[in-house]
Amino acid sequence: MRRFYYVAHGVAWRSVHNTFANPAIILPSIIFPLFFLAAFAGGLSSIAGVPDFNYKPGYTAFQFAFVLLQSSAFGGVFTGFAVARDFDSGFARRLLLCAPQRSGIIAGYAIGALVRWFVTGTCVTVAALLAGMSIEGGGVELVGLFGLGVLVNIVAALWACGVAMFLRTEQAGALIQMPVFIVLFVAPVFVPLSLLTGWIHAVARYNPATAALEAARGLIAGSPVKLVLAFGLLAGAIAVMSLFARRGLASAERAG
Amino acid sequence: MSASEAVVGAPGGISLAVPSLFDQVGAVARRSVVRIFRQRALLIFPLVFPLLLFAINGTGLAAARRIPGFPDVNYLDFALAIPFIQGALFVAITAGTDLARDIESGFFDRLALTPLRGSALLAGQLAGAVVLACVQSLVYLGVGIASGVGIASGFAGVFVLLALSILIAFGFAGLGSLLALRFGTGEAVQGFFPLLFVTVFLSSSNLPRNLITTDWFREVATYNPVSYLIEGVRSLIITGWDGEALALGFGFALALSVLTLSFAGASMKNRLVRT
Repeated sequence: MRRFYYVAHGVAWRSVHNTFANPAIILPSIIFPLFFLAAFAGGLSSIAGVPDFNYKPGYTAFQFAFVLLQSSAFGGVFTGFAVARDFDSGFARRLLLCAPQRSGIIAGYAIGALVRWFVTGTCVTVAALLAGMSIEGGGVELVGLFGLGVLVNIVAALWACGVAMFLRTEQAGALIQMPVFIVLFVAPVFVPLSLLTGWIHAVARYNPATAALEAARGLIAGSPVKLVLAFGLLAGAIAVMSLFARRGLASAERAG
Repeated sequence: MSASEAVVGAPGGISLAVPSLFDQVGAVARRSVVRIFRQRALLIFPLVFPLLLFAINGTGLAAARRIPGFPDVNYLDFALAIPFIQGALFVAITAGTDLARDIESGFFDRLALTPLRGSALLAGQLAGAVVLACVQSLVYLGVGIASGVGIASGFAGVFVLLALSILIAFGFAGLGSLLALRFGTGEAVQGFFPLLFVTVFLSSSNLPRNLITTDWFREVATYNPVSYLIEGVRSLIITGWDGEALALGFGFALALSVLTLSFAGASMKNRLVRT
């Protein structure tokens, strides 16, 4: 256990250091969610005037829930890019040679992703509050909201680590981010599920991201919905993605 | 005697004719087009990504039709203009990255040793981008029509739409070339992509400007030229023949082309300094 901790601590420290020492890495992680918040909450605010759109805290809060979860998912995705870069540069192979407990590598990258998202998530929250977002949920609900973000971040980081370790090249970038992007956007992003029509309604109904998004919006509104389903699905996804990332690591170990 | 006939005697009977400007452009254009089609990833992503967003946003925002004052069309009809502009952004990055790669690999330096004119090089390099724009526009239009979008301006409007979208892509390709010539690296060109993408989001891409209720956003969208490019394409799809929207669309596309190509031409002269 101590060896696992040492490896995880070392990899996490390096991941955090590299992220925050390089503006080209951290700035896009912060700017993109802020931009999405501005574009969606600002440009589409009249959607709140659609009949049957009943979300009491308003459209900024409605979009904030999505952007917060999106930023947490992309915090994990961007960490996957770093893993792929480490394989391309040869650093990851040296790391595999010297790490006494290699599963600590995955944990270290995942912790790095989490720290990155704490910064991004804070920036998004402050920006939304400055834009006049109203939060009707109390302290417990807010803890639940950010708890959802943490779980989404871990799922995405494990997915990204797994793909990066299987493919071991920066060209894996598209494969890392596209599925996450698609899963997030075929959820009720712009309007509630009940107002979606056509194929996207059918897909969104069964999309696990929908449960997380609706739970997040419920927590902001102070009337939690689908909490057990959302947390249960995310816990299941963490279990599955942990196995996937571990197999990716085993594949990297075999490749030498 | 034409330039191509101006053969200068050379040892070993080698022809050292100076090709005409047309031949110069043709040779570079052929290389540019072949390079585009050999890199299939460059073809697929610019086609798939805008269509993916069209499918998602076109259905996800369908409820926007119920906003009072929204045009009396399906949201898919309203949204079809966006892939044309997003595709043009991909053309900009493709054109810029290809040019930057030539600079980074030293190909430009070798060209500087030849009589090739800078204007021919720029025009030829843009040929690949224009061909890519043509393919993209036809695919977007085909997918739009297949998904039930009607073109309000009719058959003739389809040709005007294609002409406008190709002119827009040409203007953005000029911008990509300008970035490549100024910065000289593909990484720098690609770094501008998010910035270009922001201009599409901060426009009237998702809602008509008069229905944007957030004041600052409406102001930004009004001063953002991309709004008028989108509205020009959109008018042909949902309105029919709207002279003002078309004039603004073609006007801004032309201005973008002229400005970017002028600056790119000046940068090309610096890049191709003969020593």
